[in-house]
Amino acid sequence: MRLEPRPAPGMATLVLLPLGAILVTVLAASLLVLAAGASPLSVFGLVLKGAAGTQFALLETLTRATPLIFTGLAIAVAFRAKLWNIGAEAQLYAGAVATVVLGTGALPLPAPILVPLLMIAAVSAGALLLLGPAILKTRFGVDEVVTTLLLNFIMLLFVSMLLEGVLKDPMGLGWPQSQKLIAEARLPRIITGKRLHYGFVVAVFSAIVVWIIMKKTALGYEMRAVGHNPTAARFAGIPVNGVLLKTAILSGGLAALAGFSEVAGLKGNLTLDLSPGFGYSGIVVAMLAMLNPLGVVAAAIFVAGIFVGADAMSRTAGVPSYIANVMVATALLTMVTAIMLTRFKVRWR
Amino acid sequence: MMEAFEILFTASFWVAAIRIASPLIFATMGELICERAGVLNLGIEGIMAAGAFAGWFTVYSGGDLWTGVAVAAATGAAFGLLHATLTVPLGLSQHVVGIGVTLLATSITYFTYRLALPTVTSPPKIEPFQPLPIPVLSDIPILGEALFSQTPLTYLAFVTVAVVGWGLYRTPLGLAVRAAGENPAAVEAQGLSVTAIRIGAVMAGSALMAIGGAFLTMSAFNSFFFEMINGRGWICIALVVFGSWRPGKALLGAILFAAFDAYQIRLQQVTGGVVPYQLFLMLPYVLSILALVLVARRATYPKALMVPYQKGER
Repeated sequence: MRLEPRPAPGMATLVLLPLGAILVTVLAASLLVLAAGASPLSVFGLVLKGAAGTQFALLETLTRATPLIFTGLAIAVAFRAKLWNIGAEAQLYAGAVATVVLGTGALPLPAPILVPLLMIAAVSAGALLLLGPAILKTRFGVDEVVTTLLLNFIMLLFVSMLLEGVLKDPMGLGWPQSQKLIAEARLPRIITGKRLHYGFVVAVFSAIVVWIIMKKTALGYEMRAVGHNPTAARFAGIPVNGVLLKTAILSGGLAALAGFSEVAGLKGNLTLDLSPGFGYSGIVVAMLAMLNPLGVVAAAIFVAGIFVGADAMSRTAGVPSYIANVMVATALLTMVTAIMLTRFKVRWR
Repeated sequence: MMEAFEILFTASFWVAAIRIASPLIFATMGELICERAGVLNLGIEGIMAAGAFAGWFTVYSGGDLWTGVAVAAATGAAFGLLHATLTVPLGLSQHVVGIGVTLLATSITYFTYRLALPTVTSPPKIEPFQPLPIPVLSDIPILGEALFSQTPLTYLAFVTVAVVGWGLYRTPLGLAVRAAGENPAAVEAQGLSVTAIRIGAVMAGSALMAIGGAFLTMSAFNSFFFEMINGRGWICIALVVFGSWRPGKALLGAILFAAFDAYQIRLQQVTGGVVPYQLFLMLPYVLSILALVLVARRATYPKALMVPYQKGER
């Protein structure tokens, strides 16, 4: 077999192939549901209901989508420049640590000053954390995939050390958790009494800003050029290393905002289970969105819906909620295949 | 201070180091085969988890220990086939597919565990591989004990290194695998299929990764628990780079690394809680990054690593 470029994919191809990807994902998940002794139709019905069936479900999905938008954007900008940042999880925690260090009373400021200040602190922490691997890449040629992956583990241990040490809440009954943020440091709820908070608004706003950066600015153009062909970019006079470092700052900062928003908007304090793998799911979100910043918002809501829906489903149907992780991983693989097939045609001989 | 130094001369320390090295040796050899054929396999972390569970569950359901190893290897090869299908003939990004395979293998593993054992609170145990001291050799002080009073799976790890080294450098197949990672067009000119060689290498390599995972549940410990791979797969990718893609050097790297790991565990006890234990637990990861930085400048990657090959294309 060989691959031939499609000169101009037709509308049918562009619509049918991603639909096929989703179909394959659902079929694969159905097999697991059957293995669990349940009926796929009723299970997927429950997932859908749990994700979007009620106002509560829908708000819960948007709440879960918030950190995924941030990590999805972080991955989208990094992968666009072919900076393989697999460390969004660590950058998320860096942002959360910065938020907690400054937001639990160290800076007694009014909310309109404190909240932006915390965001800047979080962004700086995340950006710095990714700058390390980025500099190792540009200066020493160290592959950033492994360094960013390993930093995830180092960061979690670092957070664990802080939570059992200097950041430990003295009133926490021995649990490894930080103190609560002061009221001025919290992001308000969008609807009183519901969990959805203004972090979601910040996330959508960030997506628009990132879209403008990628599409309308010189930096965005340079990032795409570096990602497409670094050698050609260099010959065109683009400072490739400089662009990679700027990408790292942007990507690390975005991932850190996920940590800020989870702490300041939802949880109020820092614990070791702040993120159930938002950094890794961000990779799926970014790929499903084909690295388009606005698409990230839709993809994040879709992925969040699967997780929230599966949680609700597993409580009633008895199918393990890990089915959500399986579906999300399958969707990643089928979607990258579908995207490839929109650009190439497979010829058997 | 003396205490910290004396650790190095105890047999138990070196026995532990070799034990810690064993799963890394399997998985590092697996990754090395994939990369020598030109495919970066980031599915390693998930494939190790799948192997750890598949092997353990086979024995838990009444299978023989060696059947467990075989089932783990077959599970690994299946995920390898998935990875290779997407990255070799279809030429998809090896980074994205690798992460995808890790996420998929891990989540299917956890799903199956929860499905098979819905109610357990503490992980059930199996009767794992027992140490099998080799007569005479295991009587040699320290070195003999460390190398020759291990479980059969550890011996298999060392045999694997020898077979991989011999196979890669002394057989026509090994030459073809190495050429597929350096100059695939030359392989094609010999009338061999680069696609077939790469798919085969990724499947074989993934089988070894899975056996590495199974070592944890069937030899080092006796039960399966979530997140037990704990970054070992990523560390193995660093070890392949550190070992300059050579089986012998990679073996030395794995043992050196495991010795540091075994040392930090013992040092923790000597320092008696003055230093936060998390700092010790960070050491393996920090060490891996340092190792990468040290060798990065003179690393000679297989030339066609991560370069998809299309027949007839230049």
